[in-house]
This record gives sequence, structure tokens and C-alpha cells, in this order.
Amino acid sequence: MTLDKARLVQMLRTMILIREFDERAIQLRLAGKIYGTVHPYVGQEAVAVGVSAQLSVTDRVTSTHRGHGHCIAKGADIRRMMAELFGRVDGYCKGKGGSMHIADFAVGMLGANGIVGGGLPIACGAALAGQLEGKGAVTVCFFGDGAAAEGEFHESLNIASLWKLPIVFVCENNQYAANNPVGVQHPRVDIAAHAAPYDMPGVGVDGNDVLAVHAATADAVTRARRGDGPSLLECKTYRWHFHAMRAARPPETRPAEEIASWKAGDPIARLEQHMVGRALLSPDELRAIRDRVGAELDEAVAFAEASPFPDPKDLMADMFAR
Amino acid sequence: MREITFQKALEEAVAEEMRRDPRVITMGTDFTGDPIKEFGASRVRFTPISEAVLTGMGLGAAGCGVRPIVNWRMVTFSFVAMDQVVNQASKIRYMFGGQADFPVTYRCSTGGGIGLAAQHSQSPYSMWMHLAGLKIVLPSTPADAKGLLKSAIRDNNPVVSFECSRLATLTGPVPDGDHLVPLGVADVKRTGTDVTIVALAYYVQESLAVADELAREGVSIEVLDPRTLVPMDVETLRASVQKTGRVVIVDEAPATCSAAAEIAALMVEDPDTFRALKAPVRRVCAMPVPVPYSPPLEKAALPSRDDIRAAVHDVLKESV
Repeated sequence: MTLDKARLVQMLRTMILIREFDERAIQLRLAGKIYGTVHPYVGQEAVAVGVSAQLSVTDRVTSTHRGHGHCIAKGADIRRMMAELFGRVDGYCKGKGGSMHIADFAVGMLGANGIVGGGLPIACGAALAGQLEGKGAVTVCFFGDGAAAEGEFHESLNIASLWKLPIVFVCENNQYAANNPVGVQHPRVDIAAHAAPYDMPGVGVDGNDVLAVHAATADAVTRARRGDGPSLLECKTYRWHFHAMRAARPPETRPAEEIASWKAGDPIARLEQHMVGRALLSPDELRAIRDRVGAELDEAVAFAEASPFPDPKDLMADMFAR
Repeated sequence: MREITFQKALEEAVAEEMRRDPRVITMGTDFTGDPIKEFGASRVRFTPISEAVLTGMGLGAAGCGVRPIVNWRMVTFSFVAMDQVVNQASKIRYMFGGQADFPVTYRCSTGGGIGLAAQHSQSPYSMWMHLAGLKIVLPSTPADAKGLLKSAIRDNNPVVSFECSRLATLTGPVPDGDHLVPLGVADVKRTGTDVTIVALAYYVQESLAVADELAREGVSIEVLDPRTLVPMDVETLRASVQKTGRVVIVDEAPATCSAAAEIAALMVEDPDTFRALKAPVRRVCAMPVPVPYSPPLEKAALPSRDDIRAAVHDVLKESV
């Protein structure tokens, strides 16, 4: 399927927004404006955007500790995301969750998760709800290559296939499980190969090619909506920055040539080239997109800074539902 | 009133709630009877032995409008799902700022005394009381078992229903109709004036038996059952202890960081209750060992009626 200009512009814009959001988050963390930990998604934008472009608002996703990209791609409001990073009451979680626990149930974003593999069972539950509803809702479960070594991964694939749950397991293989190369984590670096024993399709895809991700997701989503069960998609990509930072950037330990070669395959540049090649994007249009993203981020930061901190008297609120 | 077993009462609770609300589904590795016949295979789910995914699925489905009951069978199997219990279920609502509810019920058997040895004789409810985000019920009678489980299924939060193994065959009266026991309300199982016994699950029954015996010696025992450990009905407990001035807390979990420890602290840190005390607070708990298999060893590890009786005599003797 050839995507039209409007769709491609939307995808490009979202990818740029994700990248610039996390570049901004790094600067804000260095400046001490936000707290805790930042796990930048920079470099992996094609996965969140290519997958989410196949979903509607009634579809659901679960995310990971590196979750900002999934939130933005699923339609979350960057002002409320930013306010959450700032720990303010207008954040998605009223400042109670922070970066690793952003959720927006209204758009089907069922939460980032600080535990590697922790989102897979929850995603299966969302998919079970979709199956019981019978309205064709699909759940996408994002996780990393590290999670594929967790028991929760295997339990989830097993039951999802057994019950033909409408779910797409999307592994973002960014080559590192936290700080350890994927090769020292798995006897064979082929996450998609885990699909076969669980009797589901397993597809490896260039995770820096948003159009390839988008196309592969279409097959998996169609299968899930039809009631034929889950698929496993392994998107091979690369995180440009560190695994996580707190007050300072951690030292880079990965080979410089490895980083350079992946950066040469920048997913945003590749989409831009594709669009320019089809005469769908002019330098002026690209500049306009970038300017608008910058302005939106400025506005999000201003929104967050204007939002009050939570009142300690609300510490115990939200513990239990009525 | 009709009399049924504790186990039957629990089964009735699930069936009635499934009839009442089509959003209620149940997942487990086996079921008593043939619930699929009445409710269908989409609502009664035979599962693989996959505690982690089941626990998380219950949570994820609950967040999307389903009301799942996940049966772990034994609480000890739930330890395989520690991430989903500790990191997810107990925190998910709060850490997302209350934007969704998670009405999931986790059921499990608990406790020792039936020769199941170290792994399958544990009573770890205090571990999860500590997490703060889970409601916890622990009934001691068939009527409470039914009424609390029904309330748990209707509650809009993750609730863990601890169901004591030694009570499974206990028979008792259960009201007809839609019998509900509210969460967070303790029950005075026997009124008395000299000593309050706060007991949990099987040891409510044991304490009632001891109270009968001691009544013949002229000692008047009040037996309280918190029934819900989270939220704990601390007012009812304190009122009783303020009346009697003496308290013995009986549970089959080891004493360290236990529900019994929590109850003791809730009594002594309250100025009015502290001032009313005539004797030190006593706990009668399991010994700090894995529960052994051989009957004489298992008996030595778990509290006995003799232990309860001795503790009551101690608090009477030690009274100021």
C-alpha cells in the first residue's frame, strides 16, 4: 500500500516530535527541571510510529520504561506528558507516576512500565478484554529484546496463541538489554524465531524503516482483528543515546563505529529521503514541520512549568477506587 | 438457616456474581463442577500453569472493563507472579493517578496443618498488606467466606481472597439470598469482658473453642475476627481491647512482620488503647521455620489450643 502525502507527513511529524521530545527531556533533566530517570527513545521512532499508524483510538498499547515514543505515537497529549515529567498536577498521573508510568487510558495507552517484561501479561489481559468485547479491538504490546529473556514473555506468547488473543507483540530490538549487547543475552539473536514454537507468525523487520514497520504491522493487525490470533514482530533498531540517565549523561560504552553506522540509517532521514524522492516534501515543508514541533514543545514546557506541584494533602488520593 | 461448607460457600459466591454481572469471568487451572455448562467457555477459562501472565491478564482485562477472578489455587503459586502482584497490581492505579480502575479478584488457598509441607503451608498475607495497594480478605466461616468473596468481586480494586485450607470442609450456616459482607468490617464472634482474642481464619474457630473451655473456668473471652486485613477495621479492635484491657493475637503465620505484629502495633500506638491495657500484648503465632511435613513437627510449628490457653492465662497473670 502506497501511503499518501497526508499520512506520510503525519508520520514524519510524529517521528520528529518523538525525537525532539526526548532530546528536550534530556536537556530538562540536565538542567534539573525534571527528576528521576530518562530513557530516551531517540533512534527508535520508526517503530512506535509505523506500528501505531495502523491502530485506532479504540485499540490499545502497553509500553516499556522507554515509553515516551509509544505515548506520543498513540496520541497522548505532549503537554500532559511534559507536566508528568515535571511532577505537576496536570500530568497524566497527577505527578504520581513520572516518566516510567505515563498512561492515557482515554487513547488506549495502558501505561509505560518500569519492569522489563512487566507489560506483556497486562497486554494479554487487554487483548482478552478486546476478544470478549467482540468489536475487533487489537492490543499492541511493545517490549525490548531484553524482555524476550523473561519468563513473562514466554508465558504471554503461549497463552496468547492458545486463546487466539487479538494481540501483536512488537519487540524493539535496539541491540542492548539495558547496557548488555543482545548477543550476550540470547543464544541466537533472532527474537522473531520465538514465534514458531508458539504457533504464530514471526517476522523480522528493519525497524528503522517506518514504511516496512507499517506494512508488517498491517498483516499482524489484520490477522488479530480477524480473530486468528497473535503475531510477533521483531523490529531491529538502535537507541542513539544511553540506556538511562539521572543527573548526568552516563559515559558511552558502545563502539563508535557501531553508533555511527546506525546513525547513518537514521529513520527520520530515511523517511524524508523517501518523501523527497516521491516529490512529497520540499525543504520549506520540512522546515515548517520542524518549526511547528519546536513550538509545540515550547508550549508543552510552558504548560508544565505553569502547572502547580501536587498538594501533599493529596498524597493518599487515588490509592483505591470507590 | 441452611448449613454448607466453606468451600461450597466460595463456589456459590463466584456463581452468583457471574450470574449477576456478565463482565465477571473466571480463570484457573481447574474448576469444581462444570461451570462452563452454565457460563460458557469464554467466561470460564481453563488456563495453562502460567501464574505471571494470569495475574497480569487479570489486571489488564480489569483495566479494560472486565471483572476477572483469577484463581491461583494455592497462594504459594502466586509467588511465581511476584512481579505482577508487587510491581503491577498493587501500584497500577496509584501510579497512573487514578485514571482507571482495576476490579480484579485473586483467589488462593492459604495456611498449613494438613501435611502439605514447607512450600504449600504458608500464610503470607502480611507480605501483601505491606504493599498498601491490595485489599485483602481472610474469612473464618462459610458465611463470611461467601459474603466477603462476593464483595471482593464487586469491589473496583485488586482484592486478594485468602481461603484457609483447614476451613475448606468446615460447615456452617449461610444466609439465603444475596449475602454480602462488607470489606473492612471486623466481626465480634463472641462477646466477653476479660480478654480479647484477635484471631485470623482457622484460629478464629480454635479461639472460640478455647473461649468455651475457659468460660467453664470463669474467664470471659471476646473473640474478634478482622475478616479483612486491608482495610483493617482498627476501631472495632481497639474498642474491644479498651473494654477488656488484655489482648492475645492468634495467627498461623510466623510472628515476624506479620498481620499479628501489625495488629499489636495498631493497639499499642493508640493512646486510649495503650492506657487501657492491663497486660502486655501477646502474640500466638507459628514458629519461625518452614512448616515441616511430619505430623508431630508440623503440630509443634503451628499454634495450638494449648498455646492460646497459655497466652490467655499469661495476660491474666501479668495484669497490673
